[in-house]
Amino acid sequence: MAETTIDTHDTVEGEGGGEVRRRDFLEIAAVSAAGVGGLAVLYPLISQMAPSKDVLAESTTEVDVSAIEPGQAIKAVFRKQPVFVRNLTPAEIEAANAVPTGSLRDPQSLAERTKEGYENWLITMGVCTHLGCVPLGAGEGENKGEFGGYFCPCHGSHYDTAARIRKGPAPLNLEVPEYEFTSDTTVQIG
Amino acid sequence: MSFPWAKQYEPKLPLMKFLDEKLPLPRFVYNAVGAGYPVPRNLNYFWNFGVLAGFCLVIQIVTGVILAMHYAPNALVAFDSTEHIMRDVNWGWMLRYGHANGASFFFVVVYVHIFRGLFFSSYKAPREMIWLLGVVIFLLMMATAFMGYVLPWGQMSFWGAKVITGLFGAIPLVGEPLQIWLLGGYAPDNAALNRFFSLHFLLPFVILGVVILHIWALHIPGSSNPTGVEVKSESDTVPFHPYYTAKDGFGLGVFLVIYTLFVFFMPNSLGHPDNYIPANPLSTPAHIVPEWYFWPFYAILRAFTQDFLFIPAKLMGVIAMFASILVWFFLPWLDRSPVRSGLYRPVFRKFFYALLVAMAVLFWCGGAPAEEPYVMLSQIAAMYYFAHFLIILPLVSSFETPKPLPGSITEAVLGDKTGGHDAVPLATTNDAPASA
Amino acid sequence: MARLISIIVGLGFVVVLLYTFAVGAYTAATEKAEVTAEHEFHLTPRDAHLQSAGWTGTFDYQQVQRGYQVYKEVCSACHSLRHVAIRNLGELGYSEAEVKAEASSWMVPGIDPNTGESTLIEGSPTDYFPSPYPNAVAAAAANNNAVPPDLSLITKARHDGGNYVYSLLTGYADPETYTHDGKSLKEEFPDFTTPTGLNFNPYFPNLNLAMAAPLSDGQVTYADGTEASLDQMAKDVAAFLVWTAEPTLQKRHATGFPVVLFLIFASVLAFLAYRNVWRNVKH
Repeated sequence: MAETTIDTHDTVEGEGGGEVRRRDFLEIAAVSAAGVGGLAVLYPLISQMAPSKDVLAESTTEVDVSAIEPGQAIKAVFRKQPVFVRNLTPAEIEAANAVPTGSLRDPQSLAERTKEGYENWLITMGVCTHLGCVPLGAGEGENKGEFGGYFCPCHGSHYDTAARIRKGPAPLNLEVPEYEFTSDTTVQIG
Repeated sequence: MSFPWAKQYEPKLPLMKFLDEKLPLPRFVYNAVGAGYPVPRNLNYFWNFGVLAGFCLVIQIVTGVILAMHYAPNALVAFDSTEHIMRDVNWGWMLRYGHANGASFFFVVVYVHIFRGLFFSSYKAPREMIWLLGVVIFLLMMATAFMGYVLPWGQMSFWGAKVITGLFGAIPLVGEPLQIWLLGGYAPDNAALNRFFSLHFLLPFVILGVVILHIWALHIPGSSNPTGVEVKSESDTVPFHPYYTAKDGFGLGVFLVIYTLFVFFMPNSLGHPDNYIPANPLSTPAHIVPEWYFWPFYAILRAFTQDFLFIPAKLMGVIAMFASILVWFFLPWLDRSPVRSGLYRPVFRKFFYALLVAMAVLFWCGGAPAEEPYVMLSQIAAMYYFAHFLIILPLVSSFETPKPLPGSITEAVLGDKTGGHDAVPLATTNDAPASA
Repeated sequence: MARLISIIVGLGFVVVLLYTFAVGAYTAATEKAEVTAEHEFHLTPRDAHLQSAGWTGTFDYQQVQRGYQVYKEVCSACHSLRHVAIRNLGELGYSEAEVKAEASSWMVPGIDPNTGESTLIEGSPTDYFPSPYPNAVAAAAANNNAVPPDLSLITKARHDGGNYVYSLLTGYADPETYTHDGKSLKEEFPDFTTPTGLNFNPYFPNLNLAMAAPLSDGQVTYADGTEASLDQMAKDVAAFLVWTAEPTLQKRHATGFPVVLFLIFASVLAFLAYRNVWRNVKH
């Protein structure tokens, strides 16, 4: 009874070889179409996890800096992450400028990290570039680390008064977000 | 189990040999839906719907798990989070419409699957267990679908939850406390929404488990077939793969065309506009109806409008509604005809068509407002529904003369009286009309 | 035995239903069903011929922009649009700067950064359209106890929503003189009244609507110079509300066509493959 149950594709009947190939082609084409369809479905299933439109929508944060005395800092929120806004004292600016940039892990001068005319305003993300903890040093009385800037307690990264990485595992300086002074006392971040 | 002539799995690659020794999953699949499962050669297109139902379950689980990543089961934000999915989540509208219409299509497919079973008496020995498990799946599906419809927290969600839990309130003595316990409050609110979400997530996996049992039970006697004559020899069967995988692939394609037409071009046609109004506990929609797939049972519920002796109408309606499905559990023992297939049962067949008409009437009335003539029509249809299963089916075999059965599936297919082992079909290319 | 029980139970259901049916039939025969004005005079919506209708529907963004203008200048006095963000206007063809300018023309609830008190601040594109009332109680109090519904989903929350909005806005009539199909409302239902504070509109399910006719010819001055007739404004705002209810409609249709065509192609292939596999087996 093998004739009925065994798939005798290529041998049965005296048809030409071309015919046989056409038939195999049909099955390959059908399976391929199913494969293409299956792969196409994966695209929306994967991209649905990417940020949705409301998250992507350009968001900005306005910060009033008029109440920040030299030597003080505040934490603002930008894209659900902390931003440090720090009013540097002349001594802190001097300390930052005294470091030869060539000796740094992530060479950048203070001037490159601030806006012209507002060199005393150091605005950085409050996100350690190592693994994303929030460094200490913005709040009153917090540990500012060995270099007087910020200290990340998670894995011991020390940042200086220009928020540059000086010691510890972090690879980069604290990130400076895009911002602009819309007036002398107002910063728009983002 | 299998038929003695079933092909045996023979791993060729070393990896497959290794796997076969340590964890014979490929062998399991081979015997379940591969070349190792001999299936009657004469199945018509109605036999596609089992595989389609399984595919619907997969669609629902995949889209459902993804929707749960974006949905928030809290009465304050559930409606808004649903709109967030529709507007902001990448492809969220497609996933939600796919899930909502997927539920409808799951029921379409399962209804065809059930009524195929009723016509060809697929519930009869030796396949009682398959049928019983199938009814369990259907009940679980109804519970899952009901709770899923509550989640968007629109007007129909809210009032559906209130009315359906109100059914339990009809039970004497314990009814009211039971309803309050089910809802975790006096009306549907956060507690109810949260537990419905939890169960709506859990139950599909329970369904999946019962589906596996359903298929396992199927593989013990093997698939039924349109003649109702059991498989007798190898010539009666073909291996599931490639024969039925190819046929199911085609069926799946047609199914997906119709399904995507709904998802992309009329995604709200099977839903109710009122569910785009946020839930309002102080205002009931003018015309409150469940989703279409519950309409026949809703019509039976509403058909009981009069107290009868000591039984209140409300209780009677609830009993009848549950009984209308529970009666299916007893079919294997109610239908005594030795002949399975409706094709060979002239009297049964007429009653079966009448049942289809009654179901159609119940569908129609269940979605209509609770006024005449719909109530009276649903009463007549419900009468026939119960009479069909409880009175006609047990009696019909005693006065019915079945048509002569073919000696074997092969004989039925070839129209050849010799049948059996000598029936070698001639191989021709275009001799394969669908027997549907 | 099982069959005997089954037949008894079955007869039980049939008897109860017969009794119920008989009572219902007797009631139906003896009591004449009341024909109501709502039943006789409620109309299904007229066709607004919106470009978004049908399987190939797309948005006429120029029209949707006009509809937005009508919403902003008229509807927004009473109706919120809470699911739509101001940034969404960018999809209508407004530039980023225009969206920002539009956003700053709306006052949205916010917090005074100095005192922490609730206040109204200038909107930004990420804000959602503000509600005209702080809460439902205020909305009810200001509108004779009828809360104006949120409009973001209104065209999906009503049967044939786009046409419904159009028909409702243009459908106000005087119940004293209203006729339809040659039948006069007052002659057929002399008792029919429109209570004070409500307004007759045959497209509203119970014919009496709390909202007074909101639009009249020339009420807005369209930026694109289109003549602002009542009919035009009603169509435009209907088009706008179809968009707010389903901004993804156009993308849905655009995705659907290739998907369905591909599946038809794949099904044909699957059918040929199926016939090919079965070619040697009669079945």
